[in-house]
Amino acid sequence: MLKYYLCLVWRDLLLVMRQPAAVFNPLVFFVLVVSLFPLGVTPQASQLSQLAAGVIWVAALLSTLLSLDLIFRSDYDDGSLEQLLLGSQPSWLLALAKVTAHWLVSGLPLVILAPIVSSMLFMPYHALPGMLLALLLGTPTLSLFGAVGAALMTGVKDGGILLSLLVLPWYIPVLIFGASAVQAASSGMPMNAQLALLGALLIFALMVTPAATVAALRVGQMQG
Amino acid sequence: MNIDAPLNFAPYAKQSSAALLQVNRLACERDDRMLYQNLSMLVHCGEIWHIKGANGVGKTSLLRQLSGLLPLVHGQVEWNRQLECPFIYLGHKLGLKDHLSAEENLAWLEALSGVSNRIKRLAALDKVGMRGYEDSLVGHLSAGQKRRVALARLHLTQASVWLLDEPLTAIDQSGILVQQSNLRQHTQQGGAVLLTSHQDLDMANVRILNLSALIKSDQC
Amino acid sequence: MAHFKLPRWFHQLGSPKWFYQFAGLLQPWLALISLVLLFWGIMWGLLYAPADYQQGNSFRIIYVHVPTAILSQSIFMMLAVAGAIGLIWKIKMAFIVARACVPIGASMTVIALLTGAIWGKPTWGTFWQWDARLTSTLVLLFLYLGILALYQAISDRQIAARATAILSLVGLVNLPVIKYSVDWWHTIHQPATFTLTQKPNMPAEMYLPLIVMVSGIYALFVLLLLLRTRNEILAQEGRSGWLTKLLQEGHA
Repeated sequence: MLKYYLCLVWRDLLLVMRQPAAVFNPLVFFVLVVSLFPLGVTPQASQLSQLAAGVIWVAALLSTLLSLDLIFRSDYDDGSLEQLLLGSQPSWLLALAKVTAHWLVSGLPLVILAPIVSSMLFMPYHALPGMLLALLLGTPTLSLFGAVGAALMTGVKDGGILLSLLVLPWYIPVLIFGASAVQAASSGMPMNAQLALLGALLIFALMVTPAATVAALRVGQMQG
Repeated sequence: MNIDAPLNFAPYAKQSSAALLQVNRLACERDDRMLYQNLSMLVHCGEIWHIKGANGVGKTSLLRQLSGLLPLVHGQVEWNRQLECPFIYLGHKLGLKDHLSAEENLAWLEALSGVSNRIKRLAALDKVGMRGYEDSLVGHLSAGQKRRVALARLHLTQASVWLLDEPLTAIDQSGILVQQSNLRQHTQQGGAVLLTSHQDLDMANVRILNLSALIKSDQC
Repeated sequence: MAHFKLPRWFHQLGSPKWFYQFAGLLQPWLALISLVLLFWGIMWGLLYAPADYQQGNSFRIIYVHVPTAILSQSIFMMLAVAGAIGLIWKIKMAFIVARACVPIGASMTVIALLTGAIWGKPTWGTFWQWDARLTSTLVLLFLYLGILALYQAISDRQIAARATAILSLVGLVNLPVIKYSVDWWHTIHQPATFTLTQKPNMPAEMYLPLIVMVSGIYALFVLLLLLRTRNEILAQEGRSGWLTKLLQEGHA
């Protein structure tokens, strides 16, 4: 089973390596959105550092949203999804493998980019470890819930904006606890509560979303 | 010589124990429209079924219902319980990634059901006349070549029944002969094949299931 | 789970024909009940209940705000449960009911939000406040709008019904989490001085009309639901034999 899981994750990573452009765009978008805030609000360090936590999380949410279509779209279009669903292994494992690969190419790079972006927003350096922890715990949840929306979209012909309408409300708890964790970290307060809640959200998402994703993928197959 | 298969369940009831697949009063509804109703059939070892019918009559839907991709609202589909791997479904969409090589594609597809090694995969490609292309990206192959790569998978599984949706599309004349002999070989080994195709099969003992006729007889 | 036996009446309710006729019988009674209850509740609440000692007469909007707010949440629960029944037991009627629920639920949410904002003006001096309840009601509206949009995007009714059932189930399990997170967010930022509904001791003259209104609006909801469901049945079962027969007999 583990072998099957690793094989699927490896397949997706290989595909990304063969055509890396699609993965870069959401990351560029992430940096772009963040750099719009100083232009739109103020370049002053004092105000930007106050906004930093929220801005980084909102930008992370939006860029995850942009990358969600990558999870299932091409597999649906070329028919590999049918074969994946017909495989003899449990299908929740398939959902987990797809989400893992998605997080590795979209969530993890966000965590890596975050220190650069946060210094552009004058976030205090002592808040960095806290922010990275919060992003590490929060972004997988975004991928997990996003996969449900992306799976629902396989049954819809063109669902770009629709996908964001479906998924963004589910992202609210991650946004609230994540931003609050970063806020606490930058003002030097304890952030255990927020991190624990982010962890709880991740476990909750791990329990709920694989089954829902598979069910949605099966509904999408009715269209074909 | 083609044998027109009876569409009713009853004449075959006594042999049902040996059937690989048993379909009982199956119906399919798409977009609030009934495609077919009361479809019953038994598929035995060694049979080739050619599913025919006009466009939109439900040939693909039937194969998808048999594979479980489309939910059954009315009727039953029962696979023989003794089969370890009852069927393999190859859809109209090939299920190949353009950015992976022919052999890499076969590797991940095989990981879905079991394990295979490179030697077996190369042998499978050889069977469909694609040896020598194992390391080319599928995206660079022609439509017919892609189809052959997809069909190579058939020679890697232990599946008893092959459900093939338009397996001969885009394949050239000599290729079709090769595929037909592969199908024949599979049935001789105790397997069965259900396929849709717009061209007539140049093979003996093909059972024909004409969905258009089924619908007409239903309306009378 | 699919092997779990359901009682017979459940399957009867699951037949569109039976439901259509049964709902037709109930309709006039529900119309009467909801009309009487709503009229009684509004008269009592607006004319006879005493004015609030802090908010004066402006508090009377709770007789619309509270029932619609309660309903907006319970309708969401109902549509998700109906969707789950449809998915698990493959009952077409459950999907039809779920579909009929969505626009009613969305309108109740809009009314709850609007009355909340109108109430906010005299109470807070502003139409919108990032109050925990208002915020989670706003999120609920987004969830409803997502479901509505998904229905619009999928033309095949059977596929749309299943997809939205999954969507609403995931929404339902998320709803408490969202509510909790919004409450938590609200407590760390300064809370508003007034909370809208939590009055410590509401006298009986004030809450009795509220109970009448809540029951009245539930009756109205059931009535609207039956009407919409029957329409939906007409649209989906258009070509089926029983309907034509029924219409020809003039019983419809």
